[in-house]
Amino acid sequence: MKLDSLTDAVGEWLRGTGPESDIVMSSRVRLARNVAQHPFVSRMSEQDRAEAERFLRERIAAAPVGSQLEYIDVGRLEEIDRQLLVERQLISREHADAQGARGVAIDGLEQVSLMINEEDHLRIQCMHSGLDLRGAWEQIKVVDDQIGRVVPYAFHPRWGYLTACPTNVGTGIRVSVMLHLPALVITRQIDKVFRSLHKISLAVRGLYGEGSQAMGDFYQISNQTTLGKTEEELVEQVGDVVPVLIDYERRAREFLVRETQQNVHDQVSRAYGILRTAQTITAEETMQLLSRVRMGVLLGLIGDVKIADINSLLIRTQPAHLQKLRGVELDTKDRNIERARYLRRHFEGGTSPASPN
Amino acid sequence: MKCQQCDKQAVFHITELETGEVRELHLCEDHARTYLNQSEAAEGDDEDKPSAGGLTGPLTVGQTADELALLDKKACPMCGITFFEFRNQGRLGCPHDYVHFEKELEPLIANIHGATQHTGRKPERAAAEAATLPEGTEELTGVIGLRRSMQEAITCEDYEKARESRDAIRRIEDRWLGGTGRDAATPKADTPTNET
Ligand SMILES: [Zn+2]
Ligand SMILES: [Zn+2]
Repeated sequence: MKLDSLTDAVGEWLRGTGPESDIVMSSRVRLARNVAQHPFVSRMSEQDRAEAERFLRERIAAAPVGSQLEYIDVGRLEEIDRQLLVERQLISREHADAQGARGVAIDGLEQVSLMINEEDHLRIQCMHSGLDLRGAWEQIKVVDDQIGRVVPYAFHPRWGYLTACPTNVGTGIRVSVMLHLPALVITRQIDKVFRSLHKISLAVRGLYGEGSQAMGDFYQISNQTTLGKTEEELVEQVGDVVPVLIDYERRAREFLVRETQQNVHDQVSRAYGILRTAQTITAEETMQLLSRVRMGVLLGLIGDVKIADINSLLIRTQPAHLQKLRGVELDTKDRNIERARYLRRHFEGGTSPASPN
Repeated sequence: MKCQQCDKQAVFHITELETGEVRELHLCEDHARTYLNQSEAAEGDDEDKPSAGGLTGPLTVGQTADELALLDKKACPMCGITFFEFRNQGRLGCPHDYVHFEKELEPLIANIHGATQHTGRKPERAAAEAATLPEGTEELTGVIGLRRSMQEAITCEDYEKARESRDAIRRIEDRWLGGTGRDAATPKADTPTNET
């Protein structure tokens, strides 16, 4: 796979299509699996690591799904290319930063990715745009079955799929949705929502950028427990709460328009103004402002911008993407200048962003 | 070992496991009591009654120093990890640890998940045999230990023993990994079959 070609597309999680995609950015299911004949990753010798990597790579390639996958040797990638995969949510930051033999197999649509030698020997991920947990689950089930026929997953009748960390044991499943919740943030209801989610064993995480500060108003909701319930039950557990959150966010947006029309209009217009005129800007601020503009577009307060363009900017202004598009490596200071230039060019004259080339 | 909050001998060793992060606490009896009361109180304040999953409150496993010292020496015969290393890193060493440390892991897992029995899917093909075996894929995991004894035998120049280990590994791997394609993950019967 030509990594450079990835920057031409926005990737599945920002495609901006699918049900409820005004609020639900993406739906994701991941399965943690290990082979029975090797120690878990943190306890592997270099030789174990290389053997497990080769074993999984070959067996996955031989499975029917293998013909749709491109294998990337992550251990041999430049740091910027590993970062690019992280920004596209195809590998985890931990996988990018790890040492030794490891890789990822990705399908052309960037919906399916299989990380080899992450925390577990195999992490299968399936991501769909918008709210489509059911579809992601049905797809990943097929992939898991195909690989399970040729790979002896470590399994115990009592504990289920055996994982390196007991927090994943059993089904090994993590079901999650990425939500855009700006109105709940502005109306300060977000903490209350999170507290109620924790009570029903769901986890909430912000979307993190270069630093550890949560960026924009993007939040990931996922299941906490993996043992004692079936995969379907866990998919439902997360799926059931999403319509409720969508409803809260919609009501908060209506409230903002009804009660604070001028304030919210002012806020999104200022955000838009900064994005169009700034001379230097960080990834975090860009994400924050794009989030507000995204809401403004959805509320009809900004007329000449498309949601798809905002989504595209959300990924293309991230560090590795920005440098790939520019064709040179830049330090943080130069990246901030380049990012501002990129944004200005895209918003020039109030027209929708043109192609970068 | 001294208490982390005063100069007294630490007698309580507490492992906190929160969403995969493991934190170690070594406390004297007084500080341990204060700590445990605090975390209980904190849970009470939050009006978050520990949910069925038990994850809203921190998981606490307290042991006395003697019990712990004994337990910490208990190493997995396959990968060699001790329970102490697991408590420090929060990551297990190999699939056999779930069997070897079952007693110690059971309360931990019950706290994290609110359950101690898998009810979900089984491996598609290996399921046919392995998933119904009471010990799951334990036989295949045995090669991790066999590889270790083979290495040790080679180091001691006990080539007879090294060869025995190697043959044992081959037999198990042939059964579980032999060939390619659809049947590769299924343990083959010891008796000859029509399959080639
Ligand atoms: Zn003390
Ligand atoms: Zn072990």
